[in-house]
Amino acid sequence: MSGLRLADGPVIPDFGQGSACLRHNHWFCTSWVRANWGDTFQPALLQHIYLTLLAVGIGFGISFVLAIIAFRFRVFGPPLGAMSDFLYCIPSIALFVLLVPVTGLTVTTLVIPLVAYTLFVLYPNILAGLRGVPPEVLESAGGMGLTLRQIFWRVELPLAVPAIMAGLRVATVATISIATIAAIVLYYGLGGPIFEAISHPDIFRTELVTAGGLAILLAFTADALLTLLQRALTPWSRQR
Amino acid sequence: MLASLFVDALQFIPDHAALLLQKTAETAQLAFTALGIAILIAMPIGLWLGHRHRGLLLALGASSVGRALPSIALIGIFIAWLGVGFWNNTVALVILGIPPILTNAYFAVEGVDRDVVEAARGMGLSERQILTGVELPLGLPLLLAGVRIAAVFVIATATIAGIAGGGGLGEIIDNQTFYNDSGVLAAALCVAAMALATAFVLSLVQRAASRRMAPRA
Amino acid sequence: MPTEAAELVFDEATKVYPGRDGAAVDHLSLTVPAGDICVLVGPSGGGKTTALKLVNRLIPLTSGYIRIDGRQIGDYDVTELRRSIGYVIQQVGLFPHMTVGGNIGTVPRLLGWQKQRIRERVGELLELVGLDPEKDRKRYPSELSGGQRQRVGLARALAANPALMLMDEPFGAIDPIVRARLQDEFLRLQQELRKTVVFVTHDVDEAIKVGDRIAILRQGGTLAQYDTPQRILEHPVDDFVADFVGRDRALKALTLKTVGELELAPATEDGLPRLPADTSLRDALAIIVAERRDALLVVGPDGSPLGVVTREDLLR
Repeated sequence: MSGLRLADGPVIPDFGQGSACLRHNHWFCTSWVRANWGDTFQPALLQHIYLTLLAVGIGFGISFVLAIIAFRFRVFGPPLGAMSDFLYCIPSIALFVLLVPVTGLTVTTLVIPLVAYTLFVLYPNILAGLRGVPPEVLESAGGMGLTLRQIFWRVELPLAVPAIMAGLRVATVATISIATIAAIVLYYGLGGPIFEAISHPDIFRTELVTAGGLAILLAFTADALLTLLQRALTPWSRQR
Repeated sequence: MLASLFVDALQFIPDHAALLLQKTAETAQLAFTALGIAILIAMPIGLWLGHRHRGLLLALGASSVGRALPSIALIGIFIAWLGVGFWNNTVALVILGIPPILTNAYFAVEGVDRDVVEAARGMGLSERQILTGVELPLGLPLLLAGVRIAAVFVIATATIAGIAGGGGLGEIIDNQTFYNDSGVLAAALCVAAMALATAFVLSLVQRAASRRMAPRA
Repeated sequence: MPTEAAELVFDEATKVYPGRDGAAVDHLSLTVPAGDICVLVGPSGGGKTTALKLVNRLIPLTSGYIRIDGRQIGDYDVTELRRSIGYVIQQVGLFPHMTVGGNIGTVPRLLGWQKQRIRERVGELLELVGLDPEKDRKRYPSELSGGQRQRVGLARALAANPALMLMDEPFGAIDPIVRARLQDEFLRLQQELRKTVVFVTHDVDEAIKVGDRIAILRQGGTLAQYDTPQRILEHPVDDFVADFVGRDRALKALTLKTVGELELAPATEDGLPRLPADTSLRDALAIIVAERRDALLVVGPDGSPLGVVTREDLLR
């Protein structure tokens, strides 16, 4: 097994022979960024988006199923809570590293901790959303003759959407942020260039700023998109 | 195969105890100094704002921003800007640690049943007595949860600071060629252990504090 | 440990909220004599809770004065003022993290009483409100029923033996049966303790039952009438008051007296249904109607006949 070290990064500029901007290690060298966009930043960005979608998607799926089970059969609440407390105490960096012997230097190693972290935001939120439907609403629905299944899909779930979306927003933004740390294990996603940059004896500012900036932009964009999605899904709560 | 790797890692620990201890101490020193300062800054503000039921936007904003900022980018920028140094790293970590503490302190106090607070006020408890005698005990779990989240976050980022030249366990993790897989795993285990130990201590604090704060007649 | 009950005076007390039309409490003037229960009653929006909270300065006065034993409330230090007033709210607001004993002892602890004295006082109060001084002391609010919580809330307000009690719909969240019992016990307590009480309710029947005097506030916070229940029922000052107390006010007035208070004809006939002397005239009338009788035999607490009451006596 090859080591737990970052694989090849982008062409490391030789400061001595680079442009004046690079030689002085300025915060943002436009030409260098443009030159390296195609083979460094764009793939990193796309990988990062892919990683996030994968982790949040899987995490959401698992959380959803678990939440529905816990909602119907009131058994599972406490055990999951205790487990999540424990796992949440392990710093992400440690978790990524400790998984490598188990799943190797693959994207899987990156995805598993990210999924775990999203579970512990999404599961409680979905459950709380389902449980938060006012009992009188459920009663009148039952009284009107809707079956249990209809009540679930037409009443409980729609009313749980705000809580679910809130959890989704938090989970997505957090995942984008934590995924940068994943690169300690494998050069993948925006964390790659970031780690690469800070590993230089003299931190490579442009690379750091660009990759870091992209991560922040990605986070804010995702948050905005999800907010719009939430508004679209809950037309009844349009006030202000 | 994985069993043997973990065995190697566990073997590494006693073999290099002194090294690990020193590196752990370096990371711990950085992390807990920053955590302490973050608590001193964020907790009073969060508690007071929550008590007054003001500054919701600040509390929410702090938590959103805190979540969206990739910690490694932040610490990288700090180190790039201010250079490597204990206090430089500490400042970055303090900034990262403040949001969860602030937000949780705010909601811990703000969320206390308003009838209980009104009864307390009407009975003649001063504002400070309401905060310390009623809101704090009732909000303690949420408050300490915020400290725990901040602690884990700060420990993780302090480790990463090592990669950028801040010393500590991060140096080991970043240096697989020298320390081998077993060393890297051992260092990661130390990081995890440090965080779990902190969480455990916090749970003890919570238990002790809630017992002290609930008088009986 | 008797304390002089305090006299409470509202003197043109006014509360206006900025940005809102009209006053919440509009130039309220009334005097609550020491030892009296004054009930503030009225429709919602009438400012009764606001008026109550003006007294312990949870809501600041806009203009006018409120005086306790002649001294303006503004002259007191606000926390000292509140510690000397017993305050009970509808949801009680017991501290969930303290035991019953801890809750009741809150103000005495604030005042620096000795631990032993607090222990004794808590036991005393628990008995007073009908709870077990040893067992209930250690329980937590979450283990109590609604009625029990109300009792603890009352005990907590009485702990430091205040001269004035403010009660905001204290029995509002309780079911009617328990509520009636709590009202009776409260009245019994008041006979013993004789505190000055301001009691807010929206329930006219409760006002009539509990109040020595009733202050009816209209929408907009003005005082419509301030008088004894008897006089309000018999001589409502205007249509608003008449409507508020209800068209059955004549019947309501019958609840204010008991058959024992009437002059009774000597007991001659036998075989009449017996009626305890403390039955209200209204209940007596209800029995006469139900049993289709013309007269009932009134008996004392030991069962001895006191006299006969007829339908005409009741309807007079």
